[in-house]
Formats: sequence, C-alpha cells, structure tokens
Amino acid sequence: MHDSHDFKIPVGPQHPALKEPESFSLALKGEKIMGVDIRLGYNHRGIEKACEERSYIQDVYLIERICGICSHAHSTCFVQAVEEIAGLAVPRRALYIRTLVAELERIHSHLLWLGVAGHEIGFDTLLMYAWRDREIVMDILALLTGNRVNYGINTIGGVRRDIDADEIQQILKAMDTLEERTKYYIEVVTEETTIIERLAGVGVLSHDDALRLDAVGPTARASEVKRDVRSDDPYAAYGEIPFNVITDNHNDVYGRTVVRVKELMEAYQIIRFALKNLPEGPIEVKAPRKIPAGEAVSRYEAPRGENVHYVKANGTENPERVKVRAPTLANVQAVKHMLKDRFLADMSIVVAAIDPCFSCTDRLISIKNLDNADTKIINWEEIHSYGIKWYAERGVDFSDLNKRFAERMGNR
Amino acid sequence: MIRPGKMIAEVLASIFKKPATNLYPAEKLDMPKKFRGKLIFHPDRCIGCKLCMKDCPSGAITINKIGDKQFEAVVDLGRCIYCAQCVYSCLKKALETTDNVELAQLDSNKLKVSLNENSNNSVDKPAE
Ligand code: SF4
Ligand code: SF4
Repeated sequence: MHDSHDFKIPVGPQHPALKEPESFSLALKGEKIMGVDIRLGYNHRGIEKACEERSYIQDVYLIERICGICSHAHSTCFVQAVEEIAGLAVPRRALYIRTLVAELERIHSHLLWLGVAGHEIGFDTLLMYAWRDREIVMDILALLTGNRVNYGINTIGGVRRDIDADEIQQILKAMDTLEERTKYYIEVVTEETTIIERLAGVGVLSHDDALRLDAVGPTARASEVKRDVRSDDPYAAYGEIPFNVITDNHNDVYGRTVVRVKELMEAYQIIRFALKNLPEGPIEVKAPRKIPAGEAVSRYEAPRGENVHYVKANGTENPERVKVRAPTLANVQAVKHMLKDRFLADMSIVVAAIDPCFSCTDRLISIKNLDNADTKIINWEEIHSYGIKWYAERGVDFSDLNKRFAERMGNR
Repeated sequence: MIRPGKMIAEVLASIFKKPATNLYPAEKLDMPKKFRGKLIFHPDRCIGCKLCMKDCPSGAITINKIGDKQFEAVVDLGRCIYCAQCVYSCLKKALETTDNVELAQLDSNKLKVSLNENSNNSVDKPAE
C-alpha cells in the first residue's frame, strides 16, 4: 500500500463538465493538484484565414461569430481597427450606440457567468434566478438590434440601427428592474455563508502573480490590478462617460464574483448616462470598399477582459491579415497557477471563474525569432516541451514526478 | 446579516408566480420590430446589380436573370445567417426582412427557395 497516489486525470477534450471541447490534464497526488496541462486548439476554426478571403464587410459578420457571448466585443474591435486604417471619423451617435450595446452585452455576460458559477458550485437556485433575470437584458438587446445574439449592429463606419425615444424608455425601465435584482444578488453573494465559504480562498491569484502572468479583465481586477481598457485607453464613447473601475482585494474566486456583480451596477450607470447624453446626428459614415494599405491594433474591454485585434490592409477589398487575441488566452496561464496545490474539487469553479471562452481563444501560435527574423509555426507538442524546458531551467521541474509516474506504471 | 439560506424567501415567493418560460409552440412570442428573419423580395424593384450577392457573408443569396429586366432571388435558408447585409447593400430596396422564423424543414433541399414564388412567402407578413 502506498499512502501517496500520483496519477493523471484527463478532463476533456470531450467531457460532460465542459461546454466547449478543451483538454485539461491534471497531475494529482491524492486529491491535491500538482500540475495542470491545458491543451488548447480543439475549437480552431480557421476564422483568421477565412477573413483574408472575404471582404471587410463580410468579415464583420464572420468576426462577430467568433463568440456567441461577446460577439459585439469582437465585431467592435475589428471595425475599430478597420476604421483607423481607413481614417474614418465615426459619428458620435454611433459611438454611443456601440457603447450602449457593449454594456448591455456585459450585463448579459456577467449574469450568465453568475448563473454558471452558481451551477459549478452546486447552487442551481442561483443559476435559475440569474438566468431568468438575464432574459430581461436579452429582450432589450433584441429590441435594440433585432437579435438576442450576434446583434449585427456594427458596420464599418458606424452602426446599422438607430434607436428611438420609445426604445430609450424601455431600456431605462429594464435597467431599473435589473438594478433592483442586482442589488439582491450583491446581498446574496456577500451574505450567504455557503457561497462565501465555498469561494473564499479558492483559486488564489495574488496581486503580483496577476501582474506577472498578465491576467486581464475581472480576473485581474479581483487581484487589485486596476486594468481596464475602457479607462486606460478609451474607445467608443467611454472617454466621455464617467464610471468606476471595480477592483477587489480578495484575490480569489469570491473576489471575482464580487467584481462582476459590482460591474453590473456600473454598467447600469453607464447605460443611463449614454442614453441621457445620446448625441443627435447620423449613425454612420460611408466606408470605402477598398481599404488603403496600413495596419492597426485595436483594443476593447470585453466582459472577460482585454480583447485585441490586429488588421493589416493592402489596399484591396480583403484584409491581408487579421489576428485575434481573446481575453481567455491571457487568463489561461493564470488558471494553471491558481490550480496548483489546490484540490481536484476546485477545478471546475476555478476554471469557470475566469469565464473561459475557448472558441474565442483557439488560434495557431506563430513564433517570430527577432534575432534572425524568420517566422515559424510551431505545434502544440513543441511549445509544450519548450515550456517544460524553460521552466526546468528556472527550477520548475516535473521530470521527477513524471519518473515516479512511470515507475508506478511499471510496477503494476 | 451573514446567514445561510439567503435565497429561501425568494424561492418561496416564486412558487406563486407564473412560470418564466413559454409553452412554445402553443404560445408564440412576438418578434421584436427590428428582427431579421426570412427575406422577402420585390422583383419589380430589382435591377440585377448583384450587390447583395457580393456582400452576403455566407453566399446564401443568388440573383438569376429570368427574362428581360426580370430577376429571381434564390436563398438557401440553411446557409443564410440572417444578418440582413443584403438588405442594407441593396440600393433599390428590393429586399426586406420579415419576422418569419419557423423555417425548419425535414428535407434540406426544401431550404433552397426562390423568393419570387409567393407560395414560399405564404407565412410572411406583408411589408409595412
Ligand atoms: S442588390 Fe438589390 S437590386 Fe441589386 S441584385 Fe440584389 S436585390 Fe437586385
Ligand atoms: S441575410 Fe445575410 S446571409 Fe442571408 S442572404 Fe442576406 S446577406 Fe446573405
């Protein structure tokens, strides 16, 4: 009989607990997680390449479909880059409408997350109520844009749909109801002992680690990293709208929950301000079909964190290169860190707490060696062994552990 | 006050509320005004410029010439992503969206429809 149990548990790529195919391999000692291997790529759909074969206007819809939750985040990020290259002055009213939809999207995404988090810890009551209330904002999005998801509101040079006084009234009314509900959820989250005990101290990411691992979005803000593109590098109408960047010092899943529910309250204020100060005027400027040669990087604070798009134009109707860096990719490293030395039972909530979106994340990795200027595409195995070697040189070495696994397997 | 069972009052109160869900298809929801459903086509307005075809992100719409200055629009409802870009691209307002969402078919061939035939538009509401 051995009293320590070293083994590996694969979770995914197809696994009942994961909504998207992605593979986690956990090295365990008893119930304790010794190391995590995350393998991305199962959702790679070649969207970046497909963008090169379509015109800019077609790409807006394709890019929007990178993610079903933060579709507006991707399409706005993309059109911002194209507008920058083409030198288009987007009308202010369009920028306000974009901001409005962006915040409505944040509300629906955070409420969705609250429900998922409740579900992951076995608190399905919270799931049911959070999702019921989420329907209010879904209806508003449908009212404003026509559809519940993939709003199709953005176009290059502005937005496609205007809003009228009647819609403004309906949005304001919905915001009041949602604010009331959110206050209740803040109460639930801060007063329900079961939630606090289940989430406090789980998935800890210290302030320094959050900075070192470049965490983004609510994951970073829950570790007191005041990082938010909306205030650091304002886009759309955020430069004109006052709001607070919510941070928290709990550094754990509980902190991430608090940040998200408090961000909901900020979102209601942003929406009220945007509606009150909605400028009059046109909602789009005519964009040329051929975008002049140039390149641009665009940043956007998606509900999950900073989203980055790079677009390179070559003067034709199709972009030469489109690159997407979704927030989950930035946070995945942090997940590995958060899970280390925790228990297997915490895995699902820790992973869920970054609000992962793998369909956004899966891209090819291309490494450019700056010394001799050649580019190579490396596959997962290579980056995997590279990472192992890199860490081994710096004292993080699993080879001992691996050897012991191998011996154990041999002993059987 | 920090205590367990914070949501119990809410749960009990909900017992007496009506369900939050609808009994589809018995109860149908109204689609929002700006909803983008199945397209309708006005052949009399179309000039055959094919801008709609060019901008369609999914290659779902095809404009065929069926006679002198007469055009037919064929849409593959299975490919269409209901983005309404074709409606925006058309300078002659020959295309329009409707609130028709019930487009499921058992036979995939039936998804490819000509928008000129009125029979296919039978469930469509007339344009406002
Ligand atoms: S864009 Fe309009 S006018 Fe041109 S072919 Fe299409 S439907 Fe006809
Ligand atoms: S709605 Fe969109 S996908 Fe459908 S035919 Fe028109 S442009 Fe194509």
